[in-house]
Amino acid sequence: MVDLPFAPPPPCPEAETLRQEVRTFLAEALADRTPAQRAESWQGHDPEFSRKVGAKGWIAMTWPKQYGGHERSALERYVVLEEMLAAGAPVSHHWIADRQSGPLILRVGTDEQKETILPRIARGEAMFCIGMSEPDSGSDLAATRTRATRVQGGYVVNGTKVWTSGAHQADYMILFCRTGEGQRHEGTSQLLVDLRNTSGLSIRPIRALTGEHHFNEVVFTDTFLPETALLGKEGDGWNQVTNELALERSGPERFLSSFLVLTEMMRVLGPEPGERAAIAIGRLAAHIHALRRMSRSVAGMLQAGENPALQAALVKELGNSLEQEIPEIARLLVDCEPSLESDDRFLATLSLITLHAPSFSLRGGTREILRGMIARGLGLR
Amino acid sequence: MTESLIEATAERLFGDHISTRLLAAAEQGTFAAEAWQAVEDAGLPRGLVPEEAGGFGMPAAEALAILRVAGRHVVPLPLAETMAAGWLLAGAGLDIPDGPLTIAPVVRGETLSLTRRGQEWHLAGTATRIPWGRDAVAVAVLAEHQGTPMVARLDRDGFTTTPGSNLAHEPRDTLRIDAALASAAVAPAASGVDAQTLRALGATMRSLQMAGAMASLLSMSTQYALDRTQFGKPIGKFQAIQHNLAILGSHQAAAGAAATGAAEAVGEGMRLFPIAVAKIRTGEAAGLCASLAHQVHGAIGFTYEHSLHYRTRRLLSWRNEFGSESEWSLLLGRHLAAAGPDRLWPEITSA
Repeated sequence: MVDLPFAPPPPCPEAETLRQEVRTFLAEALADRTPAQRAESWQGHDPEFSRKVGAKGWIAMTWPKQYGGHERSALERYVVLEEMLAAGAPVSHHWIADRQSGPLILRVGTDEQKETILPRIARGEAMFCIGMSEPDSGSDLAATRTRATRVQGGYVVNGTKVWTSGAHQADYMILFCRTGEGQRHEGTSQLLVDLRNTSGLSIRPIRALTGEHHFNEVVFTDTFLPETALLGKEGDGWNQVTNELALERSGPERFLSSFLVLTEMMRVLGPEPGERAAIAIGRLAAHIHALRRMSRSVAGMLQAGENPALQAALVKELGNSLEQEIPEIARLLVDCEPSLESDDRFLATLSLITLHAPSFSLRGGTREILRGMIARGLGLR
Repeated sequence: MTESLIEATAERLFGDHISTRLLAAAEQGTFAAEAWQAVEDAGLPRGLVPEEAGGFGMPAAEALAILRVAGRHVVPLPLAETMAAGWLLAGAGLDIPDGPLTIAPVVRGETLSLTRRGQEWHLAGTATRIPWGRDAVAVAVLAEHQGTPMVARLDRDGFTTTPGSNLAHEPRDTLRIDAALASAAVAPAASGVDAQTLRALGATMRSLQMAGAMASLLSMSTQYALDRTQFGKPIGKFQAIQHNLAILGSHQAAAGAAATGAAEAVGEGMRLFPIAVAKIRTGEAAGLCASLAHQVHGAIGFTYEHSLHYRTRRLLSWRNEFGSESEWSLLLGRHLAAAGPDRLWPEITSA
C-alpha cells in the first residue's frame, strides 16, 4: 500500500492566545502599509519591524534559551508565521535566518558560531541569504562549481552565486560550495560568509521582470574566508543542504502568496456577490483551509522530530498551484485592466501578484523537482 | 498513521469479504448478504450510535474513519447510510432495527409530508435517489411537522421502490411513501438536527469514501506503472508518468486531510465549515484523480474486466451526492462574503 500520510495536526490551544497577541501587534505595526505593499509579504524588508518582532519573542521561537531562543513549540511558531504572512508583514530581514539558516547553525554549528550569531538572529538583527544557485546550477544543485580551496588559516573562494535574494541587505550568506574531490554531491561543504567583513566580494542586482531588486549576483574572486567559517563538517555539505531544503518547503509561505488578492477581490465584490463569484470564493477558501491543515500536520511532524521532506514537497506542489490560480480567477470575476500604477488597492495588488506568480513554482524548488521528489516517495525512482 | 482498533477490524473484514466477483455481482443487483452480516456482526454500522442505544459510543471521527477504509475496498454495502440512519434514529430516541437501513430525503429541496392522524402519524410523498432503498429494512426519514424537524422510522411495508442507480450501479431508488406510523415510530430530531445537518453528515461520509477510493487509486496506479513495461522499461520510469502519479498523490493527500477534518467536525457539533471544505476538496480531487488513474492505466483500465472502474465510477458518482462542489462552495462563499474580507483569515483559522 503506497501512502503519503498526513496525520491530523496536534491540538495546540495555547497558540490561540498567542494568535490574538500577534494580530493585535500586526494591526498596529502594519497600519500604514497599502495592500500592494503587504502583498510583497516575505520579500518585504523592514529591519525596524524585524527588531520589534524579535523583541516580542517571535523569532527563534523553538530554539534553546541559551542561544536567545524561546523554547516554544513548532506549532506556536507556525501560528506566528501564518499570521505574519496572512497580514502581509515585511518579514524578509529575519525570515530566512529564522526558517533555515538559524536551525542549520543550531544543528551543525560550533559553540562559537551558535553563541555569536544565534542571539542576533533571535533579536531580528542578523539577516541571512542563501548561497545555493549558480549560473550553471539551478535545479541541479549538485552541479555547483564555486570552490573553496584550503589555504593557510582558511579558504580561498572562487565562483558565482545567482538569484541570491537579499544579498545586498544581508549580514551573512550560507555558501554551498566544493571543498574536496569527487563527483556531484561528494566533496561539498557549507561556509558561513560574513558579508559585512569580507573583502573580494561583488554583489550586483539582478532585476526581476517587474524591475524590482530582490535578487543578486554574488561573485567571489579569490575571497579569503577564515577556518572558522566552516559550517558543520567539511564534505558533509550535501547532506546538510538537503535537510535545510525540507525546512524551506512546507510552511504557509507556500500557499499564502496571493492571499491578499483574494481578500481585496472580496472587498470589491462586496457582501452579496453573484453566484459565480460566491462559488469561487468558497472554493478558494476550501483549498486554503485544506492546505493549512496539511501544513500544520507538517509542523506537527517537525515537533515530533520526524523528517517531513516528502509531505513538504506535497504542500508546496499544491500550494504553488493555488497561489497561481488566485490572480487568474480574480481577473475574471472583476472587470478590470491590471496596472502597477493603479491607486485602486485591488488592482495594484492583483497587478503585482500577476507578475510575481511565475516565480511561485520556481523558488524553493521547481514544480518539476517537487514532482520528482513525490515520485521518489512513491517508489518510482 | 496510527490505526484504531475499529479501523483494523474493518480492514480485516473488508479484506476477507470484498472481491471483484462480489462487486460484479452487486452491480447485477445481488445484495452482498454474507458480507453485510459479517459487517453487522462486527457492529460497524452502529458506530455513530451512543452506548445506551446499543452502539459503542466512540468518538464520531473514529467511527467515521471506517468509511475511508470502506472506500479503499469499494465495499458494495449501505454502510454509510445505515450509520447515518442509526445516528438519526438514536438522536430522536427511536429504536434501531437490525439490517441495512437508509435515510430520506437526500435530494436538496425534496420534502416528505408528516401529519398527525389521531394517535398515529401519516407520512407521504416521493423521495428520489435514495441510496440502497430497495435493500433497506427501514428508512430513517427527516420531515418537518409544524416547523419542528421530526424523525420517522419508516418500515419496509410503508413504501414501494422504483429502481435507479448511480454511475457505479449502486442502488439510487425512488421511494413512494404512503404510510400510517405508530406514535412510537416518530419523535422530534435531536437538538440542532435539521435537513442541513443531515446533508452535512452525508457529505462527510461521501468525502471519506472518496478519500479512501482515491488512496486505492494511487496504490493501484503506482503498482501498475511499476509492472507495465513499454519501450523496454517500466512506464513508471518515464517522467511524464511519474509526474501524473505525483499529481494524483498530491490531490488524494489533500482529499484525505480534508475528509479527516470533516469527520472531526461531525463530532464537534457538526461544524459546517470543515465539512464544506471536505466535500469541495474531495469532490474536485475525485475527477482529477480518476482521470489520472485512467491515463496511467491506459486501455486496459478502460475495460470492464479490469477492476479500476469500480473505484473511478464511484468517485464520479459520489462527488455529486449530498451536494456537489458548487453547492458547498456557494454556501461557504456566501457565508464568507457576508462576513467580509477582513474576517476571511479569522474564519479560516477558527474553522
